[in-house]
Amino acid sequence: MILDSTTALVEAEEGVKVIPAANTIITTIDKLVNWGRVSSVWPMTFGLACCAIEMMTTGSAHYDLDRLGVIFRGSPRQSDVVILAGTVSKKMVPVIRTVYDQMPEPRYVIAMGSCACSGGIFDTYSTVQGADTFLPVDVYIPGCPPRPEAFIQGIIKLQEKIKAEYFRWSRWR
Amino acid sequence: MEPTRLSQAIAEALKERYPEEVKEIREFRGQVSVVVKKERIREIMEYLHDTPELCLHYLRDICGVDYLGKKENRFEVVYQLFSISHRHMVRLRAEVSEDDPTIDSVTGIWDGANWHERECYDMFGIRFSGHPDLRRILMPEDWEGYPLRKDYPLKSDLGEKEWKGLKKVLELAEKNKIYEMGEHAKER
Repeated sequence: MILDSTTALVEAEEGVKVIPAANTIITTIDKLVNWGRVSSVWPMTFGLACCAIEMMTTGSAHYDLDRLGVIFRGSPRQSDVVILAGTVSKKMVPVIRTVYDQMPEPRYVIAMGSCACSGGIFDTYSTVQGADTFLPVDVYIPGCPPRPEAFIQGIIKLQEKIKAEYFRWSRWR
Repeated sequence: MEPTRLSQAIAEALKERYPEEVKEIREFRGQVSVVVKKERIREIMEYLHDTPELCLHYLRDICGVDYLGKKENRFEVVYQLFSISHRHMVRLRAEVSEDDPTIDSVTGIWDGANWHERECYDMFGIRFSGHPDLRRILMPEDWEGYPLRKDYPLKSDLGEKEWKGLKKVLELAEKNKIYEMGEHAKER
C-alpha cells in the first residue's frame, strides 16, 4: 500500500488518526498535551536522605532516566515533579512546601521510599509521618531504598497517570 | 605502657592536682573515665591541654547524658580527650544538676567545642556559660523542649507541643487543597 497518496483516515493508535496524503494527524487536545507532558517529566533536583543516592544512581548512565524524558532541573520554576527521596524531617517541611509552591502547574509529587511514604521506621519527634500529610502525593514508591527498577516503575506509573488526565490544559480545569 | 594504664596514670595525676574536684575514677572495658565536679571544669581542661606530659590537644567529642531518676545529678557532660603526640586518651564526665544546668564552656581552649556544645545545648538544654554563640544547631530555632531528655515524648505526635513551623505549613496545605487537581480531571 502506498500511503502517500491515500486520503482515507488511517488509525495509528486509539484516538490518533493520520491522513497520509495531507501529511496530517488528527487527535484530541487532551492526547496532544498529555503526550507532551508524558515525554518530559522534569523533576526538581532535590534529595533528602539515602534514597537520593538511589535516585542519582537511577539517573546515571547504567539505568539512564534521560531515555524516559526525565531530566533533573536546578530550579522549581522549570520542574514538573518533585521527588521526595528520603526522610522528611519536620524542619524540612517548610522548605519542601516552598519548593512545591514555586513549581508551575501542572505539578506532581513522587514519594520515594518508606520514609517519604509513611515515616518508615522513624516514628520520632523530628520526623513527619508521610509526605502526604502536607503535599498531594501522586505516586508512592515503597522500598528502603527502592531499587532503580522500582524507581523507574514509579516514573512510568506517573506517566500513565498523566496520560489518563482529562481537560487539564484548560483554564476551567 | 598499655593504653588503659596510660589513661589511669592521667586520671591519678588529675586527682593529685585537683583532689577536691575529682569525685571518682571509673574503668569499664579498659576505658578510664574521671567523674569531676563542674565548677572548675575550665581550669581542669586547661591543665590537661597545656601540661606538656599530658598534651591532650585533641577534643574528640563533647556529649550530654541524661540519667533521669538514676543519679543524684541528672545530667553529665562527657568530654573525650586524646593526645595525638603521646597517643593516650582520657574521658571526663562533669556532673550537672537539673536545678542549675550550666557549665563553663571550653571553646576558649578548643574552637571545635563550639558546635559540640551547641548540640549538647540543643538536645539536653545544658547551658554553656562563656560560649560565643549558644544557639540551637539541629532543631529549628523556635523549637520548644529538649528532645534527648528522657522525659521528652518519644513518638512523632507531639500534640499541643508540636513545632509551630510545622503547624503553619499543615494549615497552609489544608487551605490550598482546593487548588489541587479536581475530581473531574482524574476521570477519563
